Amino acid sequence: MASGQERVLRRRIKSIQSTKKITRAMELIAASRIVKAQQRVAAARPYSEQITAVMGNLAAGGAGLDHPLLQERDPVRKVGFILISADRGLAGAYNSTVIRTAERALQAHQAEGRDYELTLSGKKAEGYFRYREYRIGDAFSGYAEVPSYEDARRVARAAMERYERGSGEEGGTDQVELIYTRFLSMGTQKVVNVRLLPMEREAIEDAAKAGDGPQAAYEFEPEPGQILERLLPRYVEGRVFAAMLDAAASEQAARQRAMKAATDNAEDLIKKLATVANKVRQAGITTEIMEIVGGAEALRLAKTGGKVDYFPETVLSRDLLVDHLDRSGAYR
Amino acid sequence: MTLQVELVSPERILYSGEADMVVCRTVAGGEVAFLTGHAPFLAALETGVVRVKTGSGEEVAAVHGGFVEVRDNRVIILSDVAELAKDIDVSRAERAKSEATGDDEDAIEARKRADARLDAAKRAS
Repeated sequence: MASGQERVLRRRIKSIQSTKKITRAMELIAASRIVKAQQRVAAARPYSEQITAVMGNLAAGGAGLDHPLLQERDPVRKVGFILISADRGLAGAYNSTVIRTAERALQAHQAEGRDYELTLSGKKAEGYFRYREYRIGDAFSGYAEVPSYEDARRVARAAMERYERGSGEEGGTDQVELIYTRFLSMGTQKVVNVRLLPMEREAIEDAAKAGDGPQAAYEFEPEPGQILERLLPRYVEGRVFAAMLDAAASEQAARQRAMKAATDNAEDLIKKLATVANKVRQAGITTEIMEIVGGAEALRLAKTGGKVDYFPETVLSRDLLVDHLDRSGAYR
Repeated sequence: MTLQVELVSPERILYSGEADMVVCRTVAGGEVAFLTGHAPFLAALETGVVRVKTGSGEEVAAVHGGFVEVRDNRVIILSDVAELAKDIDVSRAERAKSEATGDDEDAIEARKRADARLDAAKRAS
């Protein structure tokens, strides 16, 4: 009974200890990957800054802003969503937060009579929406932790292609929203929902104004409109890529936090169970002592014929408690 | 006076340094060379080779599309698919070239890319 209970407790402690080892390892791995993911975010910044600057210069140089990717459509009948989630779980609320944000946005649009089209990145989003029998337009996965530009391009192209088709055609959209987790700092990540298409003209106009000082008279080859036509898709791809890199860094940060919490919980649990196990063991010993003392007393009473001798010289404690106190066997 | 050159891909800055001359291929005008004091210039690039001539030698890269901006002796080349010659795997490029045999757009594009990579690798060696 008592010893059985104790054995069960010890076994649980052991299993928690090995779980703790795993969560601790995952925590450390995630911590080191955050740094790498952040470096990737930083390394990608020059390109997106430059491409924005070039776009500004083209706009300032007289490129017409009548490209389809810039045209607002009215009414918007169908909204596309690009949703960036992870391929793996064990990252706390990371996946569920971004998925929930997307589902809410989708339902808000539905409430206003707009249809949806999903472009999913990451296994977790796909699993969620497939299980709930949402209609999935495109799903991509297998790269969430280390996204390459090529991965971003595939996702962006799929969404752009649907947007260009328009809601008039099967699977087309009038607007595209990009939902991902922005990496603000090690401690803070936030799910954001930004409009990807049509692109905000103001962004381009701001970039045009931001051009350093008086606009230099650029020579364009071919003419600005044609360059812009090539540049806009690259810009959209770049934004999706930046979002994926941010999401990857956020995923690692979320995983690190989740695994740290798991490790701490395991530690607490081990402490608590060890206390309980010790108590059970102590209770068992006490019971046994009582049994032995009781037994010896009964024997002695029988021998002395009922006369109680309170100071027996023949029974020594080391004889009675040999199993409990003398582990070394020195008295045996 | 030298040119300040940056070759930027979406994933990282591939090359950054000073140069005497930069040669690249634009969509409309064929090969263009930039020297110091070039007028502000902005162009879309063709799939091809970019050459950066420095005092000590030449840096070669293959770009598959992209943009070049020249201003105040700064040359910025943006390309979503770019490779420095020293990073190009010649045997892979050759394989890609021999595999792209069709007449459709994709195959022609793939051949062009493979050619640009082989060209860049050859010039660098």
